[in-house]
Amino acid sequence: MEHGSYQDQSASTFSLADEDHTLANSLRFALNQDPRVAVCGYSIPHPSEALVNIRVQTTGDPAKEVLKDSCQDLMMICQHVRSTFDQAVADFKNIRGSESQ
Amino acid sequence: MPKVSLWDLPDLPQNQLPPHLQLQKTRVVCNNDAPTHTENITYSGAYAAIGVDNSLRLDEFRKNFKVKVIKLSEEDMEFDLIGIDASIANAFRRILISEVPTMAIEKVLVANSSTVVQDEVLAHRLGLIPVKVDPRLFDYMSENDVPNEKNTIVFKLDFKCERKSGERRTVYSHDLKWLPFGSEYVLSTENSSDPTSKPKTYTSFTSSQDSLPEFSNNPITVTPGIIITKLAPGQEVELEAHAVKGLGKTHAKWSPVATAWYRMLPEVVLLQDIEDEDAQKLVNKCPVNVFDIEDVGKGVKRATVARPRACTLCRECIREPGWEEKVALRRVKDHFIFTIESTGALPPEVLFTEAVKILEDKCESVITELS
Repeated sequence: MEHGSYQDQSASTFSLADEDHTLANSLRFALNQDPRVAVCGYSIPHPSEALVNIRVQTTGDPAKEVLKDSCQDLMMICQHVRSTFDQAVADFKNIRGSESQ
Repeated sequence: MPKVSLWDLPDLPQNQLPPHLQLQKTRVVCNNDAPTHTENITYSGAYAAIGVDNSLRLDEFRKNFKVKVIKLSEEDMEFDLIGIDASIANAFRRILISEVPTMAIEKVLVANSSTVVQDEVLAHRLGLIPVKVDPRLFDYMSENDVPNEKNTIVFKLDFKCERKSGERRTVYSHDLKWLPFGSEYVLSTENSSDPTSKPKTYTSFTSSQDSLPEFSNNPITVTPGIIITKLAPGQEVELEAHAVKGLGKTHAKWSPVATAWYRMLPEVVLLQDIEDEDAQKLVNKCPVNVFDIEDVGKGVKRATVARPRACTLCRECIREPGWEEKVALRRVKDHFIFTIESTGALPPEVLFTEAVKILEDKCESVITELS
C-alpha cells in the first residue's frame, strides 16, 4: 500500500503487511545504496502487529519505481549469494572427498 | 601525525577514502569500555563531499563477495560470508530460525494414557520432537483442509509396561512408529449405512505414503533417543500423533535449526612492537591463545598475533591501563562467521539455500504487490 501524493511522486511511504525487520532492514540497505535515493527508512508502528512502513524520498524519480528497482537489486544479491554458496559447498565436498580417498 | 603544509599533502587516489575514514567505515573498534563505529555507513552519498561514491554497484558486489566453508557435517556447518552487509546476514539468520518450514507433531489423539504425565504435557513434548523428513515434499494444511497423505504424517505410540516386570520402563522417541497408511482410529460420528465400505478414520489417505519414491526405502523417522515419558508397571500409553507443516514463527517446534548465529571476524593488531617481558605477559593473559612469541634474533622475543579468528573479544589484553595503546581489537564489518546447527530435517547447507530463496520470494511478492 502506497501513501503518497499524486502531484509529487518522488516521496511516499509504503505500508507492507505481514513483514518485519527481516525484509525491511534488507530493503532499507538496498535502497540506501541506490544513488537516486535522498532519504529512506523504515518503522514498525507496533511490535504486536506485523506491519512495516518504509519511507522513500528520491531525487526526482517516482518512489515506487526506485523501491521496485531496489527489490530487484536485493533479489540479484540473493541469487548471487546462493550460487556462490552452492559453489563453495560443492568445492568443499570435492576437496573432502578427494582427501579421504 | 607530523604537521604538513596544506599544499604539500599527498593527493588522494580517486574514489578511495583516506585511511582513517576507511577504518571507521569497515571496522568496529572494540575499546575497553565500549565498541565504537558500530553503524554501517550505507548511504550512497555519505562521502559525496570528498568525491567518493559509496553506492553498491552489483558487479563490484559480485567481484568482492566470497563464501568459504570451514566445517560441514550432517548436523552443523560453519562458513564465512565475506563482503556482505549486516542487514542481509541478519535477514538470513532470522529466516533460518523462524521462516523455513518443517514438519512437527501438532495433533495428538490419545486413546489410552495411564501415565503420570498429563495428556497436554505429553502432547507438548511430542510436538518438540524433530521429524526427520524433507518438508518440501508436503503441503500446508489449513483449518478447512482434510488431513491427507500430502499434508499429514501419522505416528503411533503403543507402549505398555507389564505389571509382572516390576521395574520402570522409559518411552523413547524411537518407539514412535510411522503409519504410512494414515490414521487407524475410526471416527465415531456416523453409523455407516454401507457396512462393506472402509470405516472413516481421522485422516483420509487415498494412497499409502510408502508408495512415494522418497519414502519407499527411507521410512520417515524422528530423532531417536529422546525420552518422552516413563512408565511404572501396569501403566500404558496408546496414542496417535499427526504431524503437519508449519513455520517457526508460529511455534518454536517448527524451527529447523537448533540455532543459527553469526559473529564478525575479529582483527587483532599490535600497534607497537611488544618485546620480552611484555610479550610473555601478553601471551599469558589471553585465555584462547591468540598471541604467540617469536624469536627475532639476538635473544629478543616479540609477540605476534597467531590466531585472531579464535579471539572472543574478552578484552583481557587491554584491560590493564597502558595496554590499549599497544593492542587494537577490531571487528571486520563485512566478514561474518556463520554457524548453523540443524535439528535433522534438512542438512544445514540446504537450510541456508532455502533461507536465501525465501528472502527472494519476499522481495518478489513486494514487487508484484507494487505493480
